Amino acid sequence: MSTVHTKGTEMTTNSNDAKIGGKTSIKAYREALNDAIREEMRRDPTVIVLGEEVSGGAGCDGQDDAYGGVFGVTKGLMPEVGRERVIDTPISEAAIIGAAAGAANNGLRPIAELMFFDFIGVSFDQIFNQAAKFRYMFGGKSKTPMVIRGTVGAGWRAGAQHSSILHSVVTHIPGLKVVMPSNAYDAKGLMVQAIRDEDPVIFLEHKVMYNNECEVPDEQYAIPFGEAAFPRQGKDVTIVAISNMVTHAIAAADILAKEGITCDVIDPRTVSPLDDEAILESVEVTGRLVVVDEGNPRCGLASDIAGIVAEKGFFSLRAPIRTVTAPHTPVPFAPELEDAYVPNVDKVLAAVRDVLGA
Amino acid sequence: MPYQEDFLLRAYRSMRTIREFEERCIKEFMGGNIPGFVHASNGQEAIAVAACIDLSDSDIIGSTHRGHGHCIAKGCDVGGMMKEVMGRSTGLCKGKGGSMHIADIDKGMLGANAIVGGGPPLVNGAALAAKTLGTKNVALSFNGDGSANQGTTMEAMNMAVVLQLPHIFIYENNGYAEGTAANYGLGCDSLTDRNAGFGMPAEYVDGNDFFATYDAIKVATQRARDGGGPTSIEAKCVRFDGHFIGDPQLYRGEDEVKNARKTEDCLKIFRARVIKEGWLKAATMNAIDKEIVAEIEKAVADGLAAPRPDPSTDLLSDVYSSY
Repeated sequence: MSTVHTKGTEMTTNSNDAKIGGKTSIKAYREALNDAIREEMRRDPTVIVLGEEVSGGAGCDGQDDAYGGVFGVTKGLMPEVGRERVIDTPISEAAIIGAAAGAANNGLRPIAELMFFDFIGVSFDQIFNQAAKFRYMFGGKSKTPMVIRGTVGAGWRAGAQHSSILHSVVTHIPGLKVVMPSNAYDAKGLMVQAIRDEDPVIFLEHKVMYNNECEVPDEQYAIPFGEAAFPRQGKDVTIVAISNMVTHAIAAADILAKEGITCDVIDPRTVSPLDDEAILESVEVTGRLVVVDEGNPRCGLASDIAGIVAEKGFFSLRAPIRTVTAPHTPVPFAPELEDAYVPNVDKVLAAVRDVLGA
Repeated sequence: MPYQEDFLLRAYRSMRTIREFEERCIKEFMGGNIPGFVHASNGQEAIAVAACIDLSDSDIIGSTHRGHGHCIAKGCDVGGMMKEVMGRSTGLCKGKGGSMHIADIDKGMLGANAIVGGGPPLVNGAALAAKTLGTKNVALSFNGDGSANQGTTMEAMNMAVVLQLPHIFIYENNGYAEGTAANYGLGCDSLTDRNAGFGMPAEYVDGNDFFATYDAIKVATQRARDGGGPTSIEAKCVRFDGHFIGDPQLYRGEDEVKNARKTEDCLKIFRARVIKEGWLKAATMNAIDKEIVAEIEKAVADGLAAPRPDPSTDLLSDVYSSY
């Protein structure tokens, strides 16, 4: 299966969300994010967007709003609200994050874009030493309502420095919340919550999903953090997957369903906070757990979830836990290598069959 | 006279409070009453007070690891500060920040910062908020000659010029980046000249002279309030103590500090000037000195008597607004 998805990927319905009333439309992940940000900017004049080419064309002779972010997520916002609120910055990631964190403590709700989340490296001090620690260091006095957006993941043949996923790095850090939507519906609701949230939120968009479509309510809605979605329900095996891996988990579950094996697919949607209760309750029923994660294996999300279940759900387990992750390597460039790097449906199927002893 | 008497009294009181606070911190640290790493700013009082004396609580400052003086100059409660550096639960940050992370958002004090160069990007954010919301507030970052060489500082200076932010970059050049000479770490001859290269007005002042420093910062602050963008001000000063309290300072010349205390003490220079000009009387300042000694004595006594944080409740709180 190709890792680059195009329009028409099956939507995931989140059965545990209250139904949002009103009109819905088929929207791509990209459009859903754009809708969320646009409506919040209309509703709240303190919301600003800043980053490299979040509009594009600043100071140039050609077209204004030439980019709208490198993947077009913020396209069209600048013409509506102006350059005062959609701010193209120099290529200075530390200064971008610092400006967002300082502004968040002084009455704004900034959405800072890191473009490729790999660029966290040059800005990391401002994230983990500054924004994440303010509230604790200052004795609860400060509020840092900011969103850091970044595109993550492999699949674009972009090589080692534009393809990392790195959610485990930020999930490790107290003070940060980490959000990883796997479909357009969640992307919109989680972005609305991220903008309204009072804490720093890392919002990770998988770059192969921007064109993925599903039905999305036209009105604004916020999805609370720490509440998993259950795109498939079953009783034989629990599959926990995040971000684009949810797509593979659903595909595997649908293949197995035809063989009479039912899978409980859990999409935590946010990895910090993590809905560990949903995972433990599911494992109580199935007794079998497969965790699918695009991250590298050491100190990663998959081993974290496996550890939680081993510690708190050990007596529910009827088979060893299996994790499906990328290997302990950087993301390779060559298509054959990258395809081998990213977990796919076949690897998920093999892991599920393994825990079933099938 | 060019300065109001009330202004001069406030300036002197603030500088003297910093001096007494820092000297007591050194004593209490050596006596084991203050845990951790502490960096005293005695000798550098004039710059902190000159920069902050005209600011309101809505103007924002960002500070450094050597931040006690900036806190006091910005109006933070010295009792709360002493409790904080002692790690007590009634301290300014509930004992969770300590000397290197002391902050008071209500006073527009965005925090000391234990990362050299950590502050300027954040202060850009405070300035961006002021600009976006149209408040006419300004933001000041305190920097050392050491943080001048951090990439974050240079990114922040460039961005402040690009976005025309109301941010005054103050460089306290005390001659030492920790234990390395400032002019060793600077690749060019003049930090002020280099900062001008970013495209902002850059001034060099004698930071031991309160009045020269005040006059320069006042111009910069007004320019920022009027939408004229950022300014760099490098103020030469002397660090009377080590990089950290307890630093044996083997890298400093013999009698260097002793001589500086005689001829380059900003408090002495201030007193001599105001007496010579007939602006303030020695007796008035001596009376202030006595009050401050008593105030800091009380801060220490209150600090030592203050409750310590309770791990059963205080360890896990204040990480998030909600989680």
